[in-house]
Amino acid sequence: MTHAPHIPVVGSRPQRPDGADKVTGRARYGADLSLPGMVWGAVLRSPHAHARILSIDTSAALALPGVLAVLTSADMAANFSADVAAGESHIDLQDMSRNVLAREKVLYHGHAVAAVAATSQRLAKEALKAIQVEYAPLPVVLDLDAAMHPDAPVLHPGMFTRGLPETPSVASNIASRLVMQKGNVDEGFAEAEVVMERTYTCASAHQGYIEPHACLASAGADGQIDLWCCTQGHFAVRSYTAALLGLDPASIRVTASEIGGGFGGKTTVYLEPLAVALSRKCGRPVKMQMSREEVFRATGPGSATRITVKVGARRDGTLIAMDALMEYEAGAFKGSPAGAGAMTIFTSYSAPHQRAVALDVVVNKPKVAAYRAPGAPQAAHATECLLNELAAELGIDPLDLRCRNAVTNGTPTVYGATLRNIGLQECLDAARVHPHWSAPLGPNQGRGLAVGFWFNHGAQSSASVHLVEGGKLLVQEGNPDIGGSRASMALMAADTLGIPYADVHPVVADTASVGYSDMTGGSRVTYATGYAVIEACRELVERLKSRAATVWGVEPSQVEWRDGVAIDGRDPSRSMSIAELAALSGRMDGPLSGQGSVNLKSAAPSFAVNIADVEVDPETGASRVLRFTAIQDAGRAIHPDFVEGQLQGGAVQGIGWALNEEYRFDANGVMENPGFLDYRMPVASDLPMIDTVIVEVPWPDHPFGVRGVGETPICAPIAAVASALNAAAGTTIREVPLSPPRVLAAIMAKD
Amino acid sequence: MAIHVQTRVNGQATEFLCEADASALDVLRDTLGLTGSKEGCNSGDCGACSVLLDGTLVCACLVLGAELEGRELLTIEGVAPPGGLHPVQQKLLEHNAMQCGICIPGIVVAAKALLDRDPDPDETTVRFALAGNLCRCTGYDKIIRAVLDAAAAMREGAGVRA
Ligand code: FES
Ligand code: FES
Repeated sequence: MTHAPHIPVVGSRPQRPDGADKVTGRARYGADLSLPGMVWGAVLRSPHAHARILSIDTSAALALPGVLAVLTSADMAANFSADVAAGESHIDLQDMSRNVLAREKVLYHGHAVAAVAATSQRLAKEALKAIQVEYAPLPVVLDLDAAMHPDAPVLHPGMFTRGLPETPSVASNIASRLVMQKGNVDEGFAEAEVVMERTYTCASAHQGYIEPHACLASAGADGQIDLWCCTQGHFAVRSYTAALLGLDPASIRVTASEIGGGFGGKTTVYLEPLAVALSRKCGRPVKMQMSREEVFRATGPGSATRITVKVGARRDGTLIAMDALMEYEAGAFKGSPAGAGAMTIFTSYSAPHQRAVALDVVVNKPKVAAYRAPGAPQAAHATECLLNELAAELGIDPLDLRCRNAVTNGTPTVYGATLRNIGLQECLDAARVHPHWSAPLGPNQGRGLAVGFWFNHGAQSSASVHLVEGGKLLVQEGNPDIGGSRASMALMAADTLGIPYADVHPVVADTASVGYSDMTGGSRVTYATGYAVIEACRELVERLKSRAATVWGVEPSQVEWRDGVAIDGRDPSRSMSIAELAALSGRMDGPLSGQGSVNLKSAAPSFAVNIADVEVDPETGASRVLRFTAIQDAGRAIHPDFVEGQLQGGAVQGIGWALNEEYRFDANGVMENPGFLDYRMPVASDLPMIDTVIVEVPWPDHPFGVRGVGETPICAPIAAVASALNAAAGTTIREVPLSPPRVLAAIMAKD
Repeated sequence: MAIHVQTRVNGQATEFLCEADASALDVLRDTLGLTGSKEGCNSGDCGACSVLLDGTLVCACLVLGAELEGRELLTIEGVAPPGGLHPVQQKLLEHNAMQCGICIPGIVVAAKALLDRDPDPDETTVRFALAGNLCRCTGYDKIIRAVLDAAAAMREGAGVRA
């Protein structure tokens, strides 16, 4: 029997398995599920940005008809001994519990104070008004200088700066000071012929996912809990919820809904523990969903930053020393990505002397959450804009400056790793030959170039594969599909087994149906979860081979697996298809499946080069991105459409951050623009097409050569766009966003 | 006081009770179980709830449920017959023009509204027609291409696929 050879599908662009559901509205997101007997939860939020909670009286609310349960921090544990490890970050439960529900103090406007469950959404909101909270307002701390002033009101009386040479004796709003260095920057600057130092700031920007947080919790009388929610990591939700409520994680079954965007913002919990606790109290399923205003006031955003960068170079452009002071706002609780920023800020460059000092500073604003390559876009904004300023100063082409100083394989980083198998030079080469780089510019137009870097992540993933009657394959994975990963899993499974893409059916399984998997984050899913799927498929192949061997009465080692078919090595005319082997399950050793569990310790670094053209209207300060080219090393693009989509989406988020997006607060710490009208994200008519170039320098530790893709795209755009705009306007604005009023003011100041 | 409303939704005679201040989006999602229309903002700024009211593109979150009396509402669930796809849906699939997909129902409805009145839009026209539909994932590139491609396919005779 002859079989058609399998044509490899990795690298092709088939439709995604869940595509039809997504274009027809059938896909179910966080807020789309309802259950019989369901009631509604709502959250009371603080009207103060900083205040002591003196008392909370819920009796009037509980007495209202239709109100079934009220929750305050009194219902939660006050102290947590252990922290839980969670993917890329370490979670401080003490802080997390107080962010989910304020205890001693409220620390930002919009901070959750109490929650209710009632028989309708309307009644739940009415009940919130009946909760009496007595506050003693405290002075608010709203920016880095105010927070670090010696006389600043301290947000957390028990917080002492970590990372200082001597243990401090007074509490501080500086949670930690981290120093990353290699070489000796003082010596480096002494050698330099040119030294430049500049300070750059970025406003806080929200991840801006279109789907507000939502969940539905149902607690049974036996303590079993079902939780449905939109999250980047349902296993993390299980861990956090169990830890915060003192429950056994095995008793909580979390199902990840389809997720309407996350970008890092859905890697923590806000509503989920409240919904579970309310459901436990009232015995009914409880549904909760945030309004857009709540999303802005109480979730996300990325850190506001101030970064002072100093570079020392020779006149020929060779960089010798690079130094940075990186101050990151963490919001109300410690945990800004200042450290990650410090690890990325100079990693693209081979200057032998490097240092980055990172401060994590708390302020009375919502606690920041991970936002796509957390900490790196702000860091790249500083370094890349300064390098463009240096290039102009030295009369060197900005691309030549990068090529002269780009890191190569074998370069040690400030964080200890040595770079290997990187594709930075390939990305720079692609920029040089791209027609965009040499296209002419018109009046009031400028071009900006920037390099981006992100580590990417590996870590833990599980997957199971099961053969279905007829030889089709079911793939169970534990990572919510936020941008087409089902398709990538199916492609890798298809090529590993040698079966058609259409025969593979991937599902995102709940926490009771597949092994533990770290979050969809860190650009790790195609890499690590893909690896687990491949492992599971390989195990299945072994079982298929041994079944064929039994049928033929040969050793499994004598069976070859090729193109989805078992072939008898001694007599290649003898073969059995996957469907034929599957059909024997009932008569032989039962259903065939495979299991993959990985913990990938290595991370596949990725680099990007972005080119932006911006036009400025000198009369109004308004600007427009005319052309944008995103070049990035993907290792191997499993599904190029979705890789391009990541590059395009990251570019546009960066464009928004560069030009318009910012949290604006009044003097009391109240966000003034908590809606999409005033928090202005890019719309279709603001933008050109986003050109992409996928560079493929395979990562050797992955069977298909995959690197992570999702985060690197947002690292360089802010710097590329800001540099282009400054070139177009003849300005040197070092604050982001470069909104029209700011640009106009700079143009007027110059004239 | 609940209001009794009689209307047509996706071609079906439909009646429901709603509070005076309930939006059409609340009615669709919570009363009628039509959850394809999404709530991204509830303030008319994201377009995730886009529907056609008597053929006109509106945000369901800005229309009252009570206003639907005697009207004809078309939602994402009704742009193609059961099991079928509108050319815009087909092309969005072929271009893999979605990542998370939450914006897509609104974009399908808004693009259909555009192509119903302008069968041959240029890129700029498509961009302005979709300017009320936020997508945070894609940067719009593939969505714009898919809609242009759908327009071309419709001009060549592709219809709603049953
Ligand atoms: S939910 Fe209606 S426009 Fe956003
Ligand atoms: S695909 Fe996620 S918002 Fe459009």
